[in-house]
Order: sequence, then structure tokens, then C-alpha cells
Amino acid sequence: MAHLITALILLPVAGAFFMNIAPRNYVRPLALGFNVLSAVVALVLWRNFDTAGAGLQLVEHHAWRMDRGFCALMLVMQSALYGTFTAQNFVLWFLFYEMSLIPAFLLIKIWGGENRDRAATKFFLYTFLGSVALLLAFLGIYFVKGTFDFAALATLAKTGLLPGRLAWLAFAGIFLGLAVKVPLYPFHTWLPDAYETAPTGVSMVLTGVLSKMGVYGFVRLLLPLFPNEIRTLGPWLLGLAVCSIVFSAFAAWAQSDLKRMVAYLSVNHLGYCMLGLFAVTATSVRPMPEFQAALSGVFLQIFNHGITAAALFYFVGLLEQRRGLRGIDDFGGLMQRTPLLCGWMSVAMFSSLGLPGLNGFIGEFLIFKGSFAVAASFTAVAALGLLVTAIVFMRVMQALFSGPLAEGCRTFPDLRPNEKWTVIPVALLMFAVGIAPQFILNIFNATVVQMARLFA
Amino acid sequence: MIQLIVANLWLIPAAPLAVSLLILALSSSRRGSAAALAIAGQVIALVFATAAFLPTLQTPGYRALQNFVWFTFGDQPLRIGWVLDPLAAAMLMMITLVGLCIFVFSVGYMADDRNFTRFFSYLSFFSAAMLGLVIANSLLLLFVCWELVGLASYLLIGFWIERPSAAAAAKKAFITTRIGDIGFFLGILWLFGRTGTLVFYDDGRGCLENASLVALGATATFIALLIFCGAAGKSGQFPLHVWLPDAMEGPTPVSALIHAATMVAAGVFLVARVYPLFTLGGINGVTPSLTVVVWIGVITALMASLIALAQFDIKRILAYSTISQLGLMMVSLGVGGVAAGIMHLIAHGFFKALLFLGAGSVIHGCHHEQDIRKMGGLRWLMPITFLTYVVGMTNLTGFPFFFSGAWTKEEILHATGHWPVSHLPHYLMLAGVVLTALYMSRQIIYVFFGNGRGASEHAHESPSMMTMPLIVLAACSILFSIVATPAWSWLHAYLNGEPARFDLSLLVQPMLFVSAALVFGGIGFGIFIYRNVAETDPLAQKQPALFEFLQKKMWLDEFYRWTVVALGQLAAHISDLLDRYFWDGLVRAFAGLGQLFGIFTANFDERGINAGVDQTTAGARGLGRVMSAWHSGQVQTYLGVIAVGMLALLILYAWLT
Amino acid sequence: MTPTLQLFLTISAALFSIGLVAALSRRHAIFILIGIEMMLAAANLNFIAFWRFGPNPQQPTGVMVAIFSIAIAAAEAAVGLALVIAIYRHFRTTNVDQLNQLKG
Repeated sequence: MAHLITALILLPVAGAFFMNIAPRNYVRPLALGFNVLSAVVALVLWRNFDTAGAGLQLVEHHAWRMDRGFCALMLVMQSALYGTFTAQNFVLWFLFYEMSLIPAFLLIKIWGGENRDRAATKFFLYTFLGSVALLLAFLGIYFVKGTFDFAALATLAKTGLLPGRLAWLAFAGIFLGLAVKVPLYPFHTWLPDAYETAPTGVSMVLTGVLSKMGVYGFVRLLLPLFPNEIRTLGPWLLGLAVCSIVFSAFAAWAQSDLKRMVAYLSVNHLGYCMLGLFAVTATSVRPMPEFQAALSGVFLQIFNHGITAAALFYFVGLLEQRRGLRGIDDFGGLMQRTPLLCGWMSVAMFSSLGLPGLNGFIGEFLIFKGSFAVAASFTAVAALGLLVTAIVFMRVMQALFSGPLAEGCRTFPDLRPNEKWTVIPVALLMFAVGIAPQFILNIFNATVVQMARLFA
Repeated sequence: MIQLIVANLWLIPAAPLAVSLLILALSSSRRGSAAALAIAGQVIALVFATAAFLPTLQTPGYRALQNFVWFTFGDQPLRIGWVLDPLAAAMLMMITLVGLCIFVFSVGYMADDRNFTRFFSYLSFFSAAMLGLVIANSLLLLFVCWELVGLASYLLIGFWIERPSAAAAAKKAFITTRIGDIGFFLGILWLFGRTGTLVFYDDGRGCLENASLVALGATATFIALLIFCGAAGKSGQFPLHVWLPDAMEGPTPVSALIHAATMVAAGVFLVARVYPLFTLGGINGVTPSLTVVVWIGVITALMASLIALAQFDIKRILAYSTISQLGLMMVSLGVGGVAAGIMHLIAHGFFKALLFLGAGSVIHGCHHEQDIRKMGGLRWLMPITFLTYVVGMTNLTGFPFFFSGAWTKEEILHATGHWPVSHLPHYLMLAGVVLTALYMSRQIIYVFFGNGRGASEHAHESPSMMTMPLIVLAACSILFSIVATPAWSWLHAYLNGEPARFDLSLLVQPMLFVSAALVFGGIGFGIFIYRNVAETDPLAQKQPALFEFLQKKMWLDEFYRWTVVALGQLAAHISDLLDRYFWDGLVRAFAGLGQLFGIFTANFDERGINAGVDQTTAGARGLGRVMSAWHSGQVQTYLGVIAVGMLALLILYAWLT
Repeated sequence: MTPTLQLFLTISAALFSIGLVAALSRRHAIFILIGIEMMLAAANLNFIAFWRFGPNPQQPTGVMVAIFSIAIAAAEAAVGLALVIAIYRHFRTTNVDQLNQLKG
């Protein structure tokens, strides 16, 4: 197992090095090859046991621009992500956590769209500020407790990790670091800028995996280490999660740039994850089945959001590629011209708005079920997010697909074969998870039971 | 045998679902095979439904179910299942039968459409979802199918996607029903949290069975009301009815199947399905939740039949009529007449589908004209359509004695009369009967009588592919009256799980005469008012203000646009601005503080620290310049200096010693 | 007139002064060298005088130092003359007033 993890982390790095010495023509197949290879390793791991939602390579294969540097950086980032999800020790974890930041920064800065310098700098500095807070907090813990090991710290945390004010300081530091990363309202303002500007492939990885590092961090670090602090702040944290859900859904409604809209919905969907997590940890009632529902929902939602949001970014990218623009009013009547594109894009959108039969519903249902039982009023408000998400997507579908064919869209090609091969497996996966989610749930059921027992 | 049927109940929705996917995979040029496949799927569903229906006839109150684990989260299994009971079986029969007629009708009606195959795919998909909804034995499965029928409705309303109005109507329908569904969803969550199961019947452990109901206690009222939100959205109850008239933008068979006969009745079905939640803790069958249902139903029924009086679109009149009838069904459920409500639902499914298909036939004959002012005189040009339409109308108005609608409506009126809370709904519903007679007379006179006004002059009877379903549905709605009479109220007994009795004396009831008199009066009055209709409506001449109020649908759309929609948009913009300027402003202010500090330290460096170093070096440089002047390069000068120095040392030495 | 230390020292001082004046006043490099040699000679005379009139005239220390010094002076004169010739070849002059390249 250990070797596998090492291999998983090192493979993309090796690929990145290789990329720089490879002849230009081979860049694309090489990047793909390394990606598939690492996906295979990840899958092998997955089959054994893995709590991380890292099975997202299916989507990432299709990097947009096939520059050497671009592919190399993408692979470095992936390697960092694998590292983050497998580290068991803070130093290692933090190393990978930060390592992912640099390629992302460069990818946005070099290959991004308009305003890329600003967005990249904002992204980097904002998340880095969080990381600094995180590092300080962990150093504080280390000076008091003398260990960086997650498991050891979690054991210590059962009797209160740190005394008094120090605990609050450490909590605040770690919370800030992770909240920026997730991102949790109101620490999310870097996200729309960064996702909007980043090239499509990068947006996909950012939303699919990078934002999961934050959620993963919450599960791995904050919740086990500071149960008392979280309980004390319970309503506030739940309030933040609800704000994430409701406000970003509304903000998505107000956007006219498709990519920015998807970015806001990404915040919204991560808000559901946070709602589930906080509901489990931040309340005083402790019913086991509800906890298991919420935690299963959170894990499933992590996975779902990974594929759904990435797919949405992919579709927006396809539209942008064809039109050159991505404003909601730049399109119209696409259904007449590109029925396949519209059809599969609708699948992704319906999945995102939580239509039963697709993956989004199962995750959201479980989260809502779990959190409603322990935090009914918060959950009821959060349900407003479900409505607004539907409004947002209905608005998009109306503007994009229906009506007379817009002037700039007359020459649109429908999905090309390679695009089909990217889209269809992902869409089928959405259906599969929506109809028979057991195969995904099996992966983390044991973890869920264990964690629910831990929190209950 | 029975166990076999129940275990394979899923085949009923599965057949149209498979067909739907199959058609979607077909190329759009294979119209014939698409239609054949869709109809075959529907026939299979009908056969299976009949097979499931027959065993339920044998024992009164028969109920068989099949539950299984959908998935397990943590170590908690989530169970769903399907159930076969009189309610489900009757609905199955109605849906498959009406569905089949409408499928056949569509082949003729949609013959010229470019997206013919896609239409049948959607229609089959709808059928599958609706059948799944009916047999669901779990509120969750029901909700899943509920949302899927909503999706199908969305796709079909917006079927003519190049028409902006169709797309807008589809969006409106989806969002409006979704508003109700959010309440429904919360109700499900609450129920699930309280009872730990969403399965209706599960050998005593289901959420509608005693153990769970006891656990629910007083919360049942709230849960029931939340669930009713979903029902109100789907069934077009006030205040969520606004989407249903707009949904008439879809092709007419869609309006017939989805927005008249089946899907909109799902709300009524839902209330009937979870009826134990509504009645929990009631005295004489009166609970707060049921009272809400009654009043909502009353408001809806009256409001819609008033608005129907002032519409000119043939389909919109029927749409408001549908809303009004759905309101009537809700009233029936609310006052305790579950069986009466469901009977009316089924009867309504037949005759309203018939009316819509008749309207479709008229529209088809009049070259897609929908304005009744431009029709007229069609009775000779489209005789079959006319006759079947009249059958539909008599059913809808409650014209006695051979029309099912009459009996079911009479039964509802009977039930409202016994409501212990108030007799007002009863009288209002009687007024509703008159209004229904009025607007239907108006529509028939406009469309079929008088002389042709424009669009109807070149009208022609529709092809037999379209008239056949009309005849079948007309026959069904007449035959259906046999099982719905009070004398041998077989259906009532069947739904209630009692053995049917035969008692002719029950035919003679004061209620029956009152309602018959009202229907006759209403129709007579209608004929009197609308005897010479022209371009302008008689009501519009007498009461222009009232007419406009009704024609503009009581300004509700405008009201919503300026309140709910505007509020939502406001919230959206506020969130956006909050993000852009407040939260991002804070971030920028923080960054600006950092920058300010940077500028300060840079200046401190430049002017403070750096300046000191600069001055020191400048001093050293000046000193060097002075010293370098001493180095003249003249060897003898150096030597001289050495000599003088030595002399000075000597003198110093001499002086010291 | 008996030879005394004073006498020798006076002669030596005069010799030194003459050498110094020559080294300082002449402009020709060779003359400056000659002046320096004269000052060296004055120093040698001092060595001899202090040895001869010193407390221990039996040991030939003074002579040894003088001889050593003369040897060094010879070597130095050789180097000095060579330098002068090199300077002359480079600058085409031996006038030290013009040779001010060491200026700071």
C-alpha cells in the first residue's frame, strides 16, 4: 500500500519532468498517458481503501492547451493533490497542500484569460494567507504537544488539545486556513475571480479537486482536533454554511458570465458539504443514523461535485471555444444547432440542481436528511438554495438552448468525437451514482460508521 | 401469482422507460418506428397494469407490497418499494388507458413536427415516471418520480423550443412547482427524521402505519402541510397555480396527458396517498391541515372558474377548468371524501383528456388557431369532434345521468355538505357548478355554434388517427358512470376497501336534484347570455372592468412579477454586490492595508536606513579624495617627507631625553 | 687629532646629509641613486664606528654587518639601475619630476 501511494505521488512528477525533455509532438499523448497511469494507481488504491475523493481523473484528462509547461504544471499539481489526500502527518500534508498552490498560480497567471494577473495574485495571496495561519496554528500545537501526527493529535484531542485561549487561537488559525481553501462564506471572494480566469482544464481541476482539499482538511484536521470549540461555535458555523449555500446561489443568479456562474454554484455545492459536516459536529444532539446520513452525504457530495462541477466547466469551455465569448446572452437557440451538446449539458445541469435520478440528488438528500434532524431551521433555510439553483439553471437553459438561433451561433459544430468520449462516460457516471449509488457508498461506508461513532 | 405480479410491478413503468431510451437512440428520421415503439410501450404498460388490477378486485382493501433496500449509507439501509392497492391500481388503469389514447392521438397531431421522435421519447418518459409515482411505496421513490414527471413536463412544455414563450412557460412551470417541492422535500426530511422510514406500508413499520403515526404526534400537522405544498405546486392550487395556464404552450396532447389528466392530478393523489398524516389526531375527521386543504381548494376552484369565463384561448379555458376541478378534488379530500376525490380524479382524467384532445382536434382543423373568437360553426364541419366534445362538456359540467363526471361531482358535493366545520365550502362549490356550466356553454357556443369567424371557415374533420381516441375516451367516460353511481357505487367501495352494495333508493337524493337543477340552470343561463356571441364577449360589454380583471387572471402574474420575482432578483443582485463590494472590499481593504504598510516600510528603508549608509560611504569617499591628493607621485616629495619625519622624530627624541 | 667616535659620527652625519640633499635635489634618477648609496655608506660607517668604539671590539660583528649591508647595497644598486634603464626605455626620460605615475 505504502509503495502505491508513493508511486501515485511520484508518477505525475516524473511525467512533469519527462514532459520537458520530450519532443513537442508527443506532449499530448504523454500527458494523457501519465494521467491514465496515475488514475489506474488511484483506482487500485481506491479498491483497497481510500477516504479521499480523488477519483476524478476521468474528467481531467482533457487539458485544453497542449503546451509543454501547461501539462507539466498540471501533473505537478495532481501529484501535490494526491500527496495531500494521502498524508498522515501535518508536515507532509502541509508540504503537498502548498505545493498544489504554485502550479495553480502559474497556470492561471500564464494561461489564464482577462485579468489573469490580478486573479492569480489574489488567489495565491488569499489562500497563502490562510496557509500561514494554518501553519502558525500547527506550530503552536506542536510546541505544546510535540507531535505532528494526525492520529496522535486526534487521540489527544479527546481530552482537550490545548488549554484555554491557546486552543481558540489554534482553532481560529486552522479554521481560517481551511475556510479560505474550501471556500466558506465569506472567505470565498477569490474563487469566482480565479475560476473565471483560469483556463477550462485548470478550472476543472481547481473545482474538482483543489476545493476538496479544504473539505478534506475539515474532516481530517479541524473536526477531530477541536470538537469542543466547534460545538461552542455551532450555530455560527452552521450559519456560515447556510450563507454559503443561499448567498452564493443568489449571486449565481445575478451573474451573466457562465463561468463565473458555475464558480458561484461551486461555492454553493461546497456549502452543502459544510452544512453536513457542521451539523454532525456542531450540535448537542447525537443521533447515529442522522450522522451517518450526513457524513455519507458529505462524502458523496464531494465526489458528485467533483464530477458535476468539472463537467459544467467543461461544457462552458466547449461553448467558449466555439463562440469566443461566454456571456449568457451571447448564445441562443442552441438546441436547434447542437442537440447533443445541449442534451448532455442539460444532464450536467440537472445533476447540479439535484434532480432525482442523477448523482446530485442522492448526496443532497443524505446531507439534508442528516442535518435536518439535528439543525432543522438551518437546513430549512438552506433548502432555499435548492430552489435558487434551479432558477439559475432554468435561466441558463432558457437563454442558451431555446428561442431563435443566435447570430453568432450559426456555425457551431455539435460535439466532436473526442468531446463525446469525454462527456458521455462522465454523464453515465452521474446516472449510475444517481440510480444505484451503492458502489460509491461502499467505498466510505466503513469510514462513515467509524467517524459517526467518533462524533457521537 | 399475486406475489409474482407485485414483485414485477416495476415492469409497468419500466416498459415505457425502456421505450423512451430506445427512441432517443433512434435517428430522428425514423418516425414510424418511434411512434410504433411508443405505442407498444404503452400497450405493454396497459396489459401489465390490467394484470395488476385484476387481483385487486378479488378482496376488498387488497394491499400487496414489495420493499427492498435501495442503498445503505453507513450501516443504515434506505428502503424503498412499490405497493399495489386499489388507489394505485385504479390510477394505473386510468393513466395507461388515457395515455394510450393520447399516444395514438399524437401520432396524427404531431405528424408534421420536425422533432417527432423526440416527442414520443419524452412522452414515454413521462408515462414511465408517472406510473412509477403511482406505484411508489416510499415517499422518497414517490418524490423521485414526482421530480421526474416535473422534468418531463418541463421538456414537453418547452417542446417547441424555438418559441421563446414556450421556453418561458417551461421555466415558469419548473420553478413554480419547485417552490412547492422545496416544502415537500422538507416535509419528507421531517417525516424521515421522526419516523426513521419513508416506506408507506411495511408490515407495521411503515411511516403511514400506527407505530409511526403515534411517534409523530402533533408534528404530523406540519409535515402534512409541507407535503401539501408540493401537492399544491403540482396540482396548480392557489397560489401556485400560475404555471398551469402557461403550460398550454406545449403541444396539445401534452396538455391533455400531463396538464389535465395525469400529472396535475398527482398532487391530489399524493394527498390521498399520505392521507393518514392529514387525519392524524383529528376529531370527526377534521384537522388543521385538512381545513387548510379545503380552503385552498375552495379558493382555487372558484377563482379558476371565474377566470375561465373571460379567456379566449380554447386551451387556456380548459386549463382554468382543470385548475378548478383540481380544487374541487382537494376540497373533497379535505372534507374527508377521499374516495369521492379520487373517483373524480379518474373521471376527470378521462373527460378532460377528451376535452383537450377535442380542443387539439379543433386547433388542428383550424390550422393552429387557438382563439375561440375566430372559430364558430364547427359543429357541421367537425361532427365527430363536436359530439365527443359535448360528451366531455356534459361530463365536466356534471350533466346527469349518464356521464361519470356528474356522479363523481355529486358525490363531492354530498361530502362537502357533511363537513362539520362550515357549510360555506358547500355553497361555494354549488356556485362553482353554475360557473362551470356557464364557461363551458360559452366555449361550446363560441367554437361550434353560430357562423364561422375567420379561422374556422376552411376547417376539416381530423383524421381517424385523431378521432378514434376521442371516441374511445368519450365511451370510457360514459361507461365509467356505471361504476360511479350512488346506486351501485362500486368504485367508491373499491377505493375504500369495502364490498359494493346495490341500492337503487340511493339514487333519490335531494342533493342530486339540487345539483341537476343548478347544471340545467347554468347551461340555460349560459345559452341565454352567449346566444349571439361575436368578436366581443357579452360579459365584456356589460362589465368591462370585471371582465378585464378576470381576463388578466386577476393580475396575479403581474403581482408575482413585482413581488416574488422582483424580490428574488433583488436578493440576487444584493448577493452579487455584497460579494463584489463588501466581502471583496474587505479583502481588498486588508490587502490595501498590507500595501500601505509596504509603502511605509519601503520609504523607511529608502529614506531612513539606506540614507545613513549612503552618507557614510559619501564621507569615506570625500576623505579618500583628500588623501589621494597627497599622493603626488613625486618620489622626491615622498623622500622629503620621510626626511622631515625622521628629523622630527630625532628632535622629539632629543627633546624627550 | 685622535680618532674618536664623535669624529666618525660627524663625518657619517655629513655624508648622510650630503647624500640626502643629493637624493632630494637632483632630478636625474641616477643621481638620486648615488645619493641613496651615499646615505647607505654613512650608515655603514656608523656600524663600523660603533663596533670599533663599542664594548666588545674583538668580535667582528660591525664588519660583518657592514659587509652584509654593502652586499645588499650592491644588489639594490643593480636593481635600481635596471629600473632606471627600464623607466628610461618606457618614458624616454629619467627626470623624476616627470615620473609621477604613482599619483593617487
